[in-house]
This record gives sequence, C-alpha cells and structure tokens, in this order.
Amino acid sequence: MSTTASHFKRSATQYCHDADHRQRIRTALTGYEVKRDENKSRFQSWEDARQTAAEIKHEVINHLDRYLELFERNLKARGVQVHWASDAREACECIVRIARDNSVRRIIKSKSMTSEEIHLNAALEKEGFDVFESDLGEFIVQLRNEPPYHLVFPSMHLTRHQISETFTEKLGAERVSEPEQLTLIARRVMRQKFCKADMGVSGVNFGVAETGMISVTENEGNARLTTSLPRIHVALMGIEKLVRRMDDLALFLPMLATAGAGQALTCYNTLFGAARLPGEPDGPGQMHVVLLDNGRTAVLADAEQRDSLHCIRCGACLNVCPIFRNVGGHSYGTVYGGPIGSVITPNLRGMQDWKHLSFASSLCGACTEACPVKIDLAHHLLQNRRKAVKARPPFFEGLLWSGFAHLMRQPALYRLGAKVGRLLQPLHGLVQGSVLDPARGWTQSRETPRIARRSFTDWWKETHR
Amino acid sequence: MTSRERILGRIREALRVRAPVPGHAADDAAATMGEGSAEIRQWLPRVGATWEQQRDLFAQNSAALKTEFKQVSDAAAASAEIQGLAEAGHWRLVAAHRTPLLEEILARVEVETLWMGAGPVTDDLEICNAGVTTCEALVAQTGSVLVTSLGSGGRALSVLPPHHLVIARREQLVPDLPAAFALLREKYGDRFPSMISFITGPSRTGDIERILVLGAHGPKRLTVLLC
Repeated sequence: MSTTASHFKRSATQYCHDADHRQRIRTALTGYEVKRDENKSRFQSWEDARQTAAEIKHEVINHLDRYLELFERNLKARGVQVHWASDAREACECIVRIARDNSVRRIIKSKSMTSEEIHLNAALEKEGFDVFESDLGEFIVQLRNEPPYHLVFPSMHLTRHQISETFTEKLGAERVSEPEQLTLIARRVMRQKFCKADMGVSGVNFGVAETGMISVTENEGNARLTTSLPRIHVALMGIEKLVRRMDDLALFLPMLATAGAGQALTCYNTLFGAARLPGEPDGPGQMHVVLLDNGRTAVLADAEQRDSLHCIRCGACLNVCPIFRNVGGHSYGTVYGGPIGSVITPNLRGMQDWKHLSFASSLCGACTEACPVKIDLAHHLLQNRRKAVKARPPFFEGLLWSGFAHLMRQPALYRLGAKVGRLLQPLHGLVQGSVLDPARGWTQSRETPRIARRSFTDWWKETHR
Repeated sequence: MTSRERILGRIREALRVRAPVPGHAADDAAATMGEGSAEIRQWLPRVGATWEQQRDLFAQNSAALKTEFKQVSDAAAASAEIQGLAEAGHWRLVAAHRTPLLEEILARVEVETLWMGAGPVTDDLEICNAGVTTCEALVAQTGSVLVTSLGSGGRALSVLPPHHLVIARREQLVPDLPAAFALLREKYGDRFPSMISFITGPSRTGDIERILVLGAHGPKRLTVLLC
C-alpha cells in the first residue's frame, strides 16, 4: 500500500471515531443546507441555471486555447503582465522572481487554493520573504501549521476555544470566547500587515476572456485590501478558470455563492483588469497574472474526464458527501478534498498513489446532484477506479474473481462449496477479525452472515415437488 | 520553446478529441450556446418590473444582509442623515471623493472631510471613521452596491474605513446583475476601470464555528442612502 493510502486509512479511522468532530461538522453543514436550499429556491430555475452553467464551461474548456489567448491579449492591452507556468515549480519561481525584481519584503495573501496546490508559501518563505494569509480561516490554519480543512471553510474543524488557544500561543492575545472578539484580534493583527505589505497575492475565481479581467469572490474584504494597498498585485490562476464574457458572471457569481456557502451573493465580487489607471487615486502600480497548468492539460486530454475541469471550486460536493463528513478534510492528504478532490487528485498527482481516494466512496451520487456545473462526480470516481485497475490489475483480487466466476458456472461445485462452507464456518469464528482472518478488512468491524442451513434450491425442491 | 507555447500546444493536442456536451447525447455536437444575458436572466431570482418593486426588493435584501438602507427625499435630507450618524458615532474625520453631489452633501455635515486625491492614502484612511462614496449602480436582485475604482474614489476608500456610506441616486437602481454589466459596458465601452466591485452587505466572516461576524477585514457597517 502506498504511504498516501496508509495515511488516509489511519487518519480516516481516527476521525470516524471522533464523535465531537463529526458532530461539529454536522452542525456546521446543517446550517449551510438550510440556507443553500432557501437561496436555490429563489432562482426561477436552478436546474436550468445548472445546465446553462455547464454548457458555458463546456464551451470554454473545449476551446481553451482560443479563450486563453483572448484573455491574455486583453490583459496585456491594459499593461498587465501575463506569465505561463507548466508546473508548480515554474509558478513559484515566477512569483519569487517578481518579488525579487521589485525588492519586495512582505507579502500578503488572500485565499487561493491554487497557491496551496503549488505550496507557494513555503517557496516564498524559503527565499526569505515574510508571507501572511489574510483570510481569517487561512490565517488560523497558517498559525497552526495545518493545511486548510475545506476548500471554502479552511478552519471549520476547529472550535472557538482551540482558535483562542492558538491566538494566545502565537500572537500573545488574551483568552476570549466569542467569535466576534476572535475576529477582532485577527483584524487588528492583519491591518498592520496590510499597511506594510509590498506585494499582494490573490487567487482567481473566474477569468473573463472577452474583457481580460479576473474575478475574485470573498466575504471578508481581505482580497479587496490585498489588491488595494500593496504596490504589486499578483494573481495566480489555473488555466481552466475562464468564462467567456462578463455577463456569464451574472450566472456564475450567484451560483457559486449559493452552492458554496448558501448565500445569495458573496459579500465582495470584484473584477480586476489592470493596475492603477490614470485618473484613479490609488491601487497597485503593477499587476501580474500567473497562468498555471500543473497537470490540467493531462486531464484535458482525457475526453471522458475533461469536464472535471469545469469545477468552480465551490465546495458543494464536499458539504454533501457522507465520506467527507466522516473522514474529515485532513484525511485526504491533498489540497483538494472531498469528491472533486478524489476525482482530480489521482489525475493530477498520479493514479497509483492516489487511487484509494476514488475507491473510498459509496457512490451515493450526492456530489453529482450538488454540483452547480453538473460534473458527474460519482461517475468519474468509477472511471478512475477502472483506469487504476487497468493500469495495474490487482493480482489476488483477479484470482479471487476468476475463482468465483468459475464456481458460479458449476452448479454442482457451488452446492458442494456451500455445504462445506457451512460446516467450516464455525472455525472462522475462531479467527474472525484477527490477523489470521483472510477476510479481515471486511470482518473486523462487521458480522459475517451465516450460511443458511438450507439453500434456496433445496427449499424449492422440497416444496415444489 | 516557452512555457506558453508548451501549454497551448498540449491544449491543442488534447482538444483533438471531442468531449460530449453536458446534458446531450454524445454524438449531439450541435448544442448551441445562447447569447448570454437574455438566457441567463430567465433562470435568476425574479425581480419586479417597476421602480418601486425593485426598490422594495433592494430594501428587503438589504435587511437580510444587514445593510442599513434608507430612501431620503433629497441631498439636504442625506446631509441630515449623515449628521445623525456622525453625532451618534462621535465621528472626527470622514473620507470621500470629489463629486458635485458628495461635496454638496458633506458641506452641510459638521465633520472634517478628507478628500481623496493623488498620492498615498493608506495611513490617512486608516484613521477615518467612515468612507463616503457614490456608486455606479444598486442591484435590486442581490442588494449589491456596484462601485469602481474610477467612479467611487479608488480602491481603498470603500473597504478600509470601518463604515462605508454610499450615496445613490434614484436612476441608479438597476433590476439585476445582467443589467449592471450592461450598464458598465454602456458607460465605459472597452475602457473599464481597473477595479469593478459588487459589494453585497458589510464585510463578514463565518470562519469561526460558522457563526456570522460582521466587519472581518472590511467595513463593519454599510449604509446606503438613496436620494
């Protein structure tokens, strides 16, 4: 078993037995469901909106080269510098170079999962830059040296007391118990950082090809500050994040808010198309957009799974997933957790190391139903399983299945097997669940059904003579 | 070969195989794309046709978002409103950008005004009790205030001070998001301001136990005066 898989198993087992954790996640997500349904019902047709959103993303992803070139041309026309990065290393080097060339010392970041994907903080810190996360949840997990727990709610696994403890330990703050007081502490600390930062790094929720703009969605105002105060703005963006035109956002912004956080619209939805322009009183002197591939073109090459690039990272599939709710966000061991993470991680980071994520699913289909851009996630999990098995067929399992197939084709042998099995079954009780048990994975937490005293065939023969 | 060429090359290679259109049979490549806003509008939340209905919807959304919304009769009434807020909050300094309307309104308010100009402003804005701006539009459907870096005094004014006060005129109320984008196109053509922001309620966070807290990084209060 790969180390990633054994980490997953160990962590999942631990979290599944943590009743407090489960309760916390359940409480948080129940509130979300109520608000989400309320806002969904305000749409004249949520289902038609999903279909339209899916078609728009399909159009863009299937003509990605053209839309990217258009996007780049429009950005450049307004003086934005566009950089292309094939992988995480190139993207980090590029951003480090921008910082160095401009004698940057302090960097402030607003929330970006793509920057987590390329481990940008570590790369910048290694080069001696001070890096601060400004999103409250990200700030908390950064202080705790943890990865974000959830795509949208990075600190949803923590209680206010744990957060207060962290603030006391790392910031010397006094112990408080109200979320409002905790938020105020973070606000004060971050305000200082904002005022002193030389460079702001943001993510991108949507790139608008037709007008050459990036759209950033947030609730706190930290992305607005990140892009207002420092003298340089760097936006990091996966190449798949494009939409056709500004008007598409009239659909995507409310859908992202509703599916992602149960809101009608997120508090700040901001488009950036340039650095400070003539006639504007403030704003950064430079704007850079870094376009990241990092395995996305490989997903694009698989026509069956291409639509997993339609994802707008709303996190709706995580919120409804019974696996996510039980194993928790940290068990996945990768930045993108939940169903979408289980679909894309094996394709982005190596099928054999990450295939276990696609197998850890009951295929209930809740994710498929929840996805605002209609990605058939449950189906993609199955496709990943098929790919994984095709590439490396599991020997013993293959042997077992061919034996089973053989048995099922020989009624006499099957009947004999059932009889012998019934006689030997009591012996299994002696080793059940122990290391000697060949079916341990299944039996250690489950009862083994007893083989019936009389088979159906016997019963039929006796009663229908 | 540059990374740009390599990435575009990989994309073109990948796209030689077609992917089925969502919701259509695999061989149905003829699914057409609508022209956007007209089609999108019919799925979005409903908005009334008259100005009064739209104003009521904006008011209703504001209440849910905890935006303080008030319709006032004229600029003098707006001044009185701000004077009341200034006295209640013991304001010493407000920041604003120069437009005839704001200059008229703030001239009647007994609080010192910092007018946005060219040059660094962060430290000055930091000590202001409120930022006063005009807007590009109010969006009834979502309860949003649309501001831009060109039309609303730059980037920091609407987000740095703890209270954001917006003065909107009657004709600035638009029904929905597609109408707001159409308005931007009409006004700016392809010379868009560097920042366009839909502000929907005061700054907020739910990052601690999913409990709503206002004033995370941006303003704790958002007041919209419609005159």
